Amino acid sequence: MTVVQLTPASSAPRRQLGRIHVPNVTMAHGGGGKAMRDLIDDVFVAAFDNPALSTMEDQARFRLAELTAHGDRLAMTTDSYVIHPIRFPGGDIGKLAVCGTINDLAVGGARPLYLSCAVIIEEGLDVDTLREIAGSMARTAAAAGVSIVTGDTKVVDRGACDKLFINTTGIGVIREGIELGVGRVRPDDVIMVNGLLGDHGAAILNARGDMALSTPLESDCAALHGLIGTLLAAAPGTRFLRDATRGGIATVLNEIAEASQVGILIHEERTPLRDEVRGFCEILGLDPLYLANEGKIVCAVPPDQAEAALAAMRNHPLGRDSAIIGHATDGRPGRVVMHTVFGGRRIVDMLVGEQLPRIC
Amino acid sequence: MRYVDEFRDPEKARNLLKEITGLSARLQSGKARPLQIMEVCGGHTHAIFRYGIETMLPDEIELVHGPGCPVCVLPMGRVDDCVTLTEIPGLIFTTFGDAMRVPGSKKSLLQARSEGADVRMVYSPLDSLRIAQENPDREVVFFALGFETTMPSTAMTVLRAEAEGITNFSLFCNHITIIPTVKAILDSPELELDGFLGPGHVSMVIGNAPYDFIAGQYRKPIVVAGFEPLDILHALWMVLKQLDEGRSEVENQYARVVPKDGNPVALDAIGKVFELREFFEWRGLGSIDHSGVRMRRPYEKYDAETKFAIRSTRIADPKSCQCGEVLKGVIKPWECKVFGTACTPETPLGALMVSSEGACAAYYQFGDVEKIHARRAEVKAVEPMMARTRS
Ligand code: SF4
Repeated sequence: MTVVQLTPASSAPRRQLGRIHVPNVTMAHGGGGKAMRDLIDDVFVAAFDNPALSTMEDQARFRLAELTAHGDRLAMTTDSYVIHPIRFPGGDIGKLAVCGTINDLAVGGARPLYLSCAVIIEEGLDVDTLREIAGSMARTAAAAGVSIVTGDTKVVDRGACDKLFINTTGIGVIREGIELGVGRVRPDDVIMVNGLLGDHGAAILNARGDMALSTPLESDCAALHGLIGTLLAAAPGTRFLRDATRGGIATVLNEIAEASQVGILIHEERTPLRDEVRGFCEILGLDPLYLANEGKIVCAVPPDQAEAALAAMRNHPLGRDSAIIGHATDGRPGRVVMHTVFGGRRIVDMLVGEQLPRIC
Repeated sequence: MRYVDEFRDPEKARNLLKEITGLSARLQSGKARPLQIMEVCGGHTHAIFRYGIETMLPDEIELVHGPGCPVCVLPMGRVDDCVTLTEIPGLIFTTFGDAMRVPGSKKSLLQARSEGADVRMVYSPLDSLRIAQENPDREVVFFALGFETTMPSTAMTVLRAEAEGITNFSLFCNHITIIPTVKAILDSPELELDGFLGPGHVSMVIGNAPYDFIAGQYRKPIVVAGFEPLDILHALWMVLKQLDEGRSEVENQYARVVPKDGNPVALDAIGKVFELREFFEWRGLGSIDHSGVRMRRPYEKYDAETKFAIRSTRIADPKSCQCGEVLKGVIKPWECKVFGTACTPETPLGALMVSSEGACAAYYQFGDVEKIHARRAEVKAVEPMMARTRS
C-alpha cells in the first residue's frame, strides 16, 4: 500500500518547536498560552510530524483530487478512548485510539487516510507518559499509512478524568463497487473471524491487577485495513464486516441476525480461542464470546467465495488463525444459536450491561 | 487445559445420553409427569445452560433449577441495607460483581454507584481487606455472601484482619448454609422431586455426610456432581441408576475434588468466626430456620451490622414475582407471569433474572426460545381445562 502524501494547503516555512521543561502536566498547560503551545509542540507536533499539523492552522485542508483518486465515497468516523489502565500488555491507549478508528473506517470498506487526535489530560499526568503515548500513536499511524493532521488539547482538574482520554476522528475513501452493510447478509452466507478471540478483553481485565492471575495475555490491538483490503480483493462479494470490539463477537452476530433478519448458527469447537483465555473465563465465570477484541473482525461472505476469503485471510499476518465459525440460516430470524462443544445447543443473546464476574 | 477437554467429550456424552434415555424411559413409563431432578447449585444451573445440556435430554427428564445461586435468594431488604451502608460518608463498599445489579426496593448497588456511592467490585474478600489497608482513614465493608463455598475465604479474611490489627474493615454478612435449605425444599408440600444433584463446590468444604438425611429420611438419591458437562450427565445417570435399582444413597461423582469428610481447615475457620442465626430470610422462600450465619461475639467488631447499627427492614417481593415457586421447582421460569415481559435481565423484577446463575436469566439468555413458546402454548391450552376440573 502506498503512503498518501499529504500536500499542505499552506506552504509556510517550518517554525521552531517549543519545549516543555516540567515533569508533569499542570492546569497551565491547558490555559491556551505559551505553556500549552510548548506542550503541543513538544509532545504532539514533534511525534506526529507532518506539514499539515506543524503549520498549526485551525484545520487540516485536503485537495479533493487526492481523495477522489482513491474512490467515490468519503467515510468518516469518531471514537473516544477511555481505558484503564492506559498501558497494557500488547499496547496502550494511543495505539488503541489509532487502530480503533482505522478499523472503524476499514470495516466499511474504506481506505483510512487522515486522523484527528483530541486529548483530555488529567492534571498531574507525567509528560514522559504523554510523550510515550503520542509516540505510540505516531508509530501506529505511520505503519498504517495514515497521517494525524489535526488535534486538540485540554487539561482538566485532577480527578475529573482518569489520566488521559483520547478522541480520534478518521476520514477514509471507499473504492467504487464495494458495498458492505449489516442488512445484506443472506441465508447460507459463511461467517468468519480472523483469529483468536477475547485476547484484548482478557488482557485488560488481567492488567487491572485485581485478579492476581499470572497469565501471559496480550491485547490483539492492530490496524486491520491491510487484512481487509486482502479479503475484499479475494472475496469482492463480501456482504458485511465489523470489528468485534466491546461486546465481543456475540454482539456483532446479534446485530447481523437482527438487521438482516437471518438466523445465525455457530459452532463452539470452531470458534478460535487461546487456552489461556478459556481458562481465564472459566475462573471468572465470563463468556469469551462477549470479551472485547481490538484486532478481530467478523465477516459474512457468500458461500461461493468463502474458500477464497479464508485462504486470503490466512495468508495475511493478522489472519493466520482465521476460521469459519458458522453460517447464516433462514430459520429463527434474529437469533444466534451456538452448537456447544458438547453437542448441546444454546442461544447467544445480546449482553445486558457489562459482563460481571460470577460469585463462585 | 487438556484436563478440561476430557470432561467435554461429545462421544462420551452421546454414550451417557443413550443410557440416560433408556433408564428414564423405563422409570417414567406410565407416570403422568416427567422425572424431576433438582440441581441445588447455581453453578450447575449455569453449566447446564452454557453447554445446552437441557436441549440434549429426553422429554422424560426435567431438571429443576434449585435455590443455589446466593445472589438470587438475597431478599430485597438486604439489598436496601447495602444501599444504606453505601450512604455512610466516606465508606467504601466492596462486593462481588454479580451482586451489583440485584434490585433493592429503590435501587441496586450499580445505581447507587452511579449516584456517587463508593462501591467497588472485588474478586475476593482479601482484595477488600487490601483496600482497607490502603485507606486507613476510611471504613471498608465487604458484602459477604454465598454458601459454604465462599464462607471459608471470608472467615479467613476476618482472621487475617484480626491478626494484622486492621480495624477499619468489616463484613456485611449474608452467608447462607445449604443443608437447612434443602430440608425446607424437601418439606415443601407442592414438591415432587425424584432426586438431587449435590453441589460440588459446597461439598468440597462440608463433605458428603451432611446429605445423609436426604437419602435416609427422605429416601431420595443425591449425587454430588462436578461442573463440567460430562460431570453433570454422569451424575444424572448415577441418580437414575439409583432410582432404577430402588436405592437412595449419597454418592460422590466429584471424588477427584470432593473429599468425603470435607476440608477440615476451611471448616475450622468457619466454625471459629461464624455461628448460625435463628432464622434468615430468603427471597421467595421466606424465613428458613438456621439457614444463615452471623459472626460470633469475639468478632463482632468486624460485623458491619453491629458496627453501623444496621436495622434490617423486611420488604415484601413485588406481587407479580413468582421467584419462590421457581426456586422450589413448582413452576418453570417461563411459566412466571412476568417472565420476558415485565421481568427481563435489563429490568429484573426478581433476582433470578439478575445473576447468570439464576434460572430465569439463564432461560432468557441461553434458553431454547421455540421450546419455551411451545410449552407456554401448551400450558395456556391446559389451564382452562384445569380451571374447569377445579370448579
Ligand atoms: S421471571 Fe422474574 S419475577 Fe418471575 S420468577 Fe423469574 S425472576 Fe422472579
